[in-house]
Amino acid sequence: MPTRSLEVEDLHLWRGERHVLRGVRFTLGEGQALKLTGANGSGKTSLLRTIAGLMYPEEGRVRWGGADVRADLRAFHGRMVYLAHEPPLKADLTARENLRFWVGTRRRLTAKLIDGALARVGAAAFADQFIRTLSAGQRRRVALAGLTLCAVPLWLLDEPATNLDADGQRLVAGLIGEHIARGGMALAAVHHEMEVTGSVIELALAS
Amino acid sequence: MNKAQSSALRALAAPEWEPTIGTPALSSFEAARGALRRDLTLAFRQRGQLIQPLAFFAMVTLLFPLAVSPQLGRLREIAPGVLWSAELLASLLALEFLFRDDAQDGTLEQYALSGQSLTALLFAKTTAHWLLTGLPLALMAPLAALSLGAPASAVPGILLSVGLGSVTLSLIGAIGAALTLGMKRSGALLSLLTLPLSLPVLIFGARATQLAISGETLVAPLELLGALAVLGITLAPFAAAAGVRISLE
Repeated sequence: MPTRSLEVEDLHLWRGERHVLRGVRFTLGEGQALKLTGANGSGKTSLLRTIAGLMYPEEGRVRWGGADVRADLRAFHGRMVYLAHEPPLKADLTARENLRFWVGTRRRLTAKLIDGALARVGAAAFADQFIRTLSAGQRRRVALAGLTLCAVPLWLLDEPATNLDADGQRLVAGLIGEHIARGGMALAAVHHEMEVTGSVIELALAS
Repeated sequence: MNKAQSSALRALAAPEWEPTIGTPALSSFEAARGALRRDLTLAFRQRGQLIQPLAFFAMVTLLFPLAVSPQLGRLREIAPGVLWSAELLASLLALEFLFRDDAQDGTLEQYALSGQSLTALLFAKTTAHWLLTGLPLALMAPLAALSLGAPASAVPGILLSVGLGSVTLSLIGAIGAALTLGMKRSGALLSLLTLPLSLPVLIFGARATQLAISGETLVAPLELLGALAVLGITLAPFAAAAGVRISLE
């Protein structure tokens, strides 16, 4: 038995008149990644947000290690990180400050850790620049540095490779590969092909 | 994968990955302190936003002598009403900035998903907001009162009443701002939501200021303002957190 697993049971979500999620179900175990595909509007973001507990499904449940996450949402949030479509960065703070404040609400960080994470994603060169002055791809890299710094088992990623160049796309695939190799889990909504090494399952949402 | 490879991998990527990492390494208090620091840092980088409500307050209180009458006796009479109406409107003006930026760039979402108490984080944000707008307004109020003919002996009383009142105004405002997060042009709705709740502060605050100017004891209205502030501190952050959660969905 894996000690950690994410089980999504028969999720149904309605947004007004639209039946967005129609009985989505899957199980993600330690060391597994799930590639979430589907056309625009097929509910990829809604699924990620529902799993994160931001949206309330009409039916179905999300379980973490067997227990309903709704029972203790805060504990579940402490074990996951959700990277939305837009990187959660402040334009008027530098890359380094952003990481210190953002990830700093979760765990203690040292300058060395932040430097290491920024170097890993190729963002060391602009670590002290204001986010306002960075390109969309550079911002994305800073957000990825934050992702690794959170050091939580479950990653929920919404289009993690948006705005990234070929090298950046490989970086995302590499980060996910390393994460699941360490026993982490990743759930990524993707449009582009992504070559992740390791145990990857694919889930296509029908629109 | 052999051992050397896996340890190399560990060194390469996520620093300090540990299986025990599940529980947040920070207490909610520490997280809230970080949120407070972040807001103060940001505010000093965007000073224009801070000055706006203060300038508004100064303008309103300085226009009255010009518009009404330069007679100190008459100004002194209307001073409490002018001060508190200006205070209420200035704090309303400042409210729009409270959560707006954080909602737009996803910071609030990350707060809600941080595993920390959203209530504590929003309380920290509201505290920062009060330090940056409520407190400066409270410090300006005695100056404005003096220019409206209040005696110097009224300064401590005015400082205290506006200071206490502004705490409650910030907290009530936090609820309104949280509930109107999802809306594009929330200004009108925000004032409709918060102004009725702010009326007790206006009434007791103006009364306290009036008593201070006429040199009488203002213990009673100050106690009521204090009670309102305590009520706000204990209840408003919870309501604001619930409001943010609703707005994020």
